[in-house]
Amino acid sequence: MSNTDFKQWFIENFQTFEKSLNGEKTEAFHRIRKDALSKFSSLNIPTLKDEEWKYTNISPVIKHTFNIIPPEADAVPEIIGKFLFDNLEHHLLVFINGEFRKDLSRLSELPNGVEVGSLSTAIKNNHPVLLKHFGKYAEDSNNLFTALNSAYTKDGAFILVPKGKIVEDPIHIIFLNIAGEEKFITQPRNLFIAEDNSQVTVIEHYASDSDGIYLSNTVTEIFVGENAIVDHIKLQEESLKSFHIGRMEVDQERNSNFSSHLISTGAEFSRNEFTTRFNGEGGESMLNGLFMISENQFFDAHTMIDHAMPRCNSHEHYKGILQDKARGVFNGKVMVRPDAQKTNAFQENNSILLSDDAVMNSKPQLEIFADDVKCSHGATVGKLDEEAKFYLKSRGIGEEAATAMLIHAFASDVIKTIKIEPLREYLEEIITKRFNQ
Amino acid sequence: MSTTETQKIEELANKEYKYGFVTEVEEDRLPKGLNEDIVRQISAKKEEPEWMTEWRLKAFRHWLTMEEPKWPNVKYPPIDYQDISYYSAPKKKPKYNSLDEVDPAIRETYNKLGIPLEEQMMLAGVAVDAVFDSVSVATTFKDKLKELGIIFCSMSEAIKEHPDLVKKYLGSVVPYTDNFYATLNSAVFSDGSFVYVPKGVRCPMELSTYFRINASETGQFERTLIVADEGAYVSYLEGCTAPMRDENQLHAAVVELVALDNATIKYSTVQNWYPGDKEGKGGIYNFVTKRGACRGVNSKISWTQVETGSAITWKYPSCILQGDNSIGEFYSVAVTNNYQQADTGTKMIHIGKNTKSTIVSKGISAGRSNNSYRGLVKITKKAENARNFSQCDSLLIGDKCGAHTFPYLEINNSTAQVEHEATTSKIGEDQIFYLNQRGISTEDAVNLIVNGYVKEVLAELPMEFAVEAQKLLSISLEGSVG
Repeated sequence: MSNTDFKQWFIENFQTFEKSLNGEKTEAFHRIRKDALSKFSSLNIPTLKDEEWKYTNISPVIKHTFNIIPPEADAVPEIIGKFLFDNLEHHLLVFINGEFRKDLSRLSELPNGVEVGSLSTAIKNNHPVLLKHFGKYAEDSNNLFTALNSAYTKDGAFILVPKGKIVEDPIHIIFLNIAGEEKFITQPRNLFIAEDNSQVTVIEHYASDSDGIYLSNTVTEIFVGENAIVDHIKLQEESLKSFHIGRMEVDQERNSNFSSHLISTGAEFSRNEFTTRFNGEGGESMLNGLFMISENQFFDAHTMIDHAMPRCNSHEHYKGILQDKARGVFNGKVMVRPDAQKTNAFQENNSILLSDDAVMNSKPQLEIFADDVKCSHGATVGKLDEEAKFYLKSRGIGEEAATAMLIHAFASDVIKTIKIEPLREYLEEIITKRFNQ
Repeated sequence: MSTTETQKIEELANKEYKYGFVTEVEEDRLPKGLNEDIVRQISAKKEEPEWMTEWRLKAFRHWLTMEEPKWPNVKYPPIDYQDISYYSAPKKKPKYNSLDEVDPAIRETYNKLGIPLEEQMMLAGVAVDAVFDSVSVATTFKDKLKELGIIFCSMSEAIKEHPDLVKKYLGSVVPYTDNFYATLNSAVFSDGSFVYVPKGVRCPMELSTYFRINASETGQFERTLIVADEGAYVSYLEGCTAPMRDENQLHAAVVELVALDNATIKYSTVQNWYPGDKEGKGGIYNFVTKRGACRGVNSKISWTQVETGSAITWKYPSCILQGDNSIGEFYSVAVTNNYQQADTGTKMIHIGKNTKSTIVSKGISAGRSNNSYRGLVKITKKAENARNFSQCDSLLIGDKCGAHTFPYLEINNSTAQVEHEATTSKIGEDQIFYLNQRGISTEDAVNLIVNGYVKEVLAELPMEFAVEAQKLLSISLEGSVG
């Protein structure tokens, strides 16, 4: 499939998609889809000449023809069980191939007024909060894949935490993709609204236990109101033959606190775009990430922290472990706008190459237009410290055990900042499975 | 801040460009515009051999197919390349044997700059190949260098006298197809310096050239080529100041360095061209391609630059580390004030085994200026045990300026060790308070702090330059401090 074919495919098949919506085609919302489609058709497919795609070649993704309607699949609860965290009290939302499954989801008692459910229900009800926030943070106008997602918006997670409410247990959202022979695209669209003084923890979990070829094109918009606290974890364990393109846009109001973790191990190709914007003073933001890739996997993280207001703090730390012929890209930008005095921003990217064929491209950037700021960034790329390894070996620890130990230590910088213990254990296990053999 | 301080600062901020004046010298210049004919005429005026004319024409034809790069983080009105005169030279072109024969007006210019040739000759044995606009007018210490077999002459002379060397190395580091401005330079370059240091020779003195843009509306297209043969050592200084002008002047120079086995080249620059006035009117556009190739084993190329001038600076002195164990260094201080824009940095391409590179970049932005560091560290697959350390610090003075860091790290080998760190901050109020408390005025305190901040880089400059650079820094920053 060539570049024009890829776009043409989605433009031509839009009618098929419209039909699949059945009665859910409410007027107000469908106009948003149509606008997005026209934006999609006017945007170009990014090439290596675009600065934001300098190291990311999209052609292995767009050469496939993806069926726009994912196949119906039934997941046995055992498969879902594989992706649950032991000993964790949580609310569970399950999506199979992009569609919400009430029968598999499990919601415990929620505080009054808190809504946790599917976006399709919110669309059906013309939910006023949905119309107020949808598409306001992740704009379609400059991003082809976001425009595609908006045009084909059907389902996803919708969370509304009203003023002053606290959701104690984490909300675990599993997007399980079950692929067979047929290639398909799934485009979950999530909207999380935490109003003033509220608090919530969300785990966005993309998973597959198959090795099918499919494209996950996801968009998540998060609104963090005044003094609200949102803890977000994105866990990406897609099929090793799949493609994952994810965008997350966060809007932070005055004195809000947002922390995020991106843990990525799956997909042959994954692109993660992530922006957080301070819309009021005194905001705090933490962006941590850990990716572990091997064989022919490609991982790309594009982050942007927009200090549009004074007195905000941000802390970003991305770490990568690359094996075999894996290729990684980190592009982190910290923007401090002219009035954003008293900004504190820290950004770091460390990568470990475990093989000679692995490639890492790192681009940490600072753009600063205010003078009373403290901003710094650092980046390192290298192999495991030989001296540290020697130290361990001289104490009778074997080569492999020493390597695994150092990798655990390397990854722990990111993992230890996750507040949910069962999730930390789940991640430690993933690392153990990968490196302790 | 007290009112008296504010007044003082305003007073200093209003200081005019100290080195602004125009020398009246009879000129020989070509009409505005650029076409094959002009390229041929330039070549003919310089009495160049056929192969050189052909090379220029090849470059020109390629240039026509190219587009001006848009990616730098700088903004300027479009340049009309047909509205520039591509050649200007003092009219009479006699060969000088002694300094006395040099046009008195030109010599007066140098005197005004505070770098009289006589003094320069005496100053620690510096040989000056003074480039006045586009043609070399005075060359000193040539005989002394000749004894050692060192060739230090103007590029046009080298084309005539040493065609084999020029043919072999010209365009070998920066090919004529390289980039928009380098290609333009290849087509129309007027003159420049050529240095060849033969096997095993250590050049006993610092070689230097004073570039000066004098005629208004004449883009200067300098071409410098320095070759250090096996085991040779050479240190080259480039410094410049330019007279005040309103029109934007284009400067697209190319510098090529070649270091063979065990050779070392040290290239230092102090750049203080007219930066435009306080409103950002006028000023030089400085679009330069500088690149060095460490061809041989254990070779070393070191770039040191102090950039305080130009309305727009757009340059990335680079090192291609081909030879095993070769070393690349880049030390830079870039100061921008008022409406100046700088997008500068380096590229370190590691190809050979055990190659090392160090990058120390210190940016200072004041006024409404923008200062970007853009650097690439590339470790290719075969570059075993490559090592890089980069440090990029930015200092912001005032809240209207910007400091940006765009490092690119491309690592294709697991044995590489690459580190990059950058910080951005303003001068600490506590630091100034500490110095005020000890009776040092705010202005002096800032100078002291800035000098401490850039010390690491200035220490790399040869003595004479370090002094000049320090002066430049304080002039550039005067009045910007609040």
